[in-house]
Amino acid sequence: MQQIVNFLIKYRNFLLFAFLLFLSLVFTIQSHSYHRSKFVNSANFLSGGIYGGLDDISEYFDLKIHNAQLVEENNRLRSRLYNLTDKKDQKLDTLAFNSLYRFTTAKVINNNYNLKDNFITLRGGSKKGIKQDLGVITSKGLVGIVDRVSSNYATVLSILNSNSQINAKLKKSNHFGILVWKGGDPNIVDLVDVQSKAPVALGDTIVTGGKSTIFPEGIGIGTINNFKLDPSENFYTIKIKLFNDMTNVGYVYVIENMNGDEIKTLEQQTVDEQ
Amino acid sequence: MSSSIFKNILRFVLLILLQVAIFNNINFLGYINPYPYILFILLFPVGDNRALLIFTSFLLGLTLDMFSNSGGMHAAASVTIAYLRPWILQSIFGIAYEYNAIKVAKADFGERLLYISILVFTHHLILFFAESFNFSDIIYILKKTLFSGIFSVLLCMLFITLFSLKRK
Repeated sequence: MQQIVNFLIKYRNFLLFAFLLFLSLVFTIQSHSYHRSKFVNSANFLSGGIYGGLDDISEYFDLKIHNAQLVEENNRLRSRLYNLTDKKDQKLDTLAFNSLYRFTTAKVINNNYNLKDNFITLRGGSKKGIKQDLGVITSKGLVGIVDRVSSNYATVLSILNSNSQINAKLKKSNHFGILVWKGGDPNIVDLVDVQSKAPVALGDTIVTGGKSTIFPEGIGIGTINNFKLDPSENFYTIKIKLFNDMTNVGYVYVIENMNGDEIKTLEQQTVDEQ
Repeated sequence: MSSSIFKNILRFVLLILLQVAIFNNINFLGYINPYPYILFILLFPVGDNRALLIFTSFLLGLTLDMFSNSGGMHAAASVTIAYLRPWILQSIFGIAYEYNAIKVAKADFGERLLYISILVFTHHLILFFAESFNFSDIIYILKKTLFSGIFSVLLCMLFITLFSLKRK
């Protein structure tokens, strides 16, 4: 017993070091898998509050760009509204207004793009109806998926994250693939596992596929920048230039699929019964 | 004594704020960021209270991890250099370390540069390795360590020089 106590006292610094290193490695390993960073994330009042305060100052620098983006979006929506050919669709049914997808706006207060696993912090959390696994977009295109939520803040798993895998397809032909990011240029992402029969051409548009409950079908992602067949010649790997400038994201929309839970329960039941 | 505690707490908070507000957003050439927050570990008073240094370094790293959503990367790197610091101090400053008479800010330029470089590069190597967690990215890790490291060493030297000028 005496020897054990002596050992503990003699090596107390090493033991403390080993314990803390082990703890931090556990946190690190957790952060490398999807939805596992339970304890250490920036959706809390301290880091959220500080990022919010910093953003109050720095948002003035981007006001011009954000205004221009808003005007552009208004312009696009207006031209679509006044050019509607089928006037029968223009019913004013308030019950059906939020029946399929519900949109919430949020402000980006912190944005990373220089790491391998990047996250975005939003001002706006569960009090505004933001929940885990909701999709996040801007007026131009895809941004990511909500990861952790506190009452006033939320973190978003950016598409610039090695854990992010989003279903996407070619706009003109419905051939789909998986959107991944392998680090490097924050404006280029990869679309992998696209069938070699797909009619791929430079400059074609890539949009979200309708195969997940997170994003509606047809949200813009980017254009084809470069593509090549994999060595087995079965699948394309396509480099996509994003519509969004991921280094400058101001205001975002959080999308909630109102039927998402129903679809997920149904799919779960089908899996369980097999 | 209490002024030393106060100074270190102030340094802890200021370095975290500086890191989060400014140095995490530099993105020189797209991905190069300096990490001068480890100045806290470099300048921690030399004494026999190693457990306190190891623990506060862990807290420092973990706070930064919370801000950058990086799990425990910064905590792992900080805790390691905090643990290794006494041996590095001893091998560089030799006899002065035995008498607890080291002031990093007043050491020779060469010794100071060596001390800072060793700790900074060790820290960055562990940090970027934990970030990618993959041996196949070794070129990327080394590249990032080298460029960010040079940047961090420069900033640390600059800060030390700036804040010790008036005492000469």
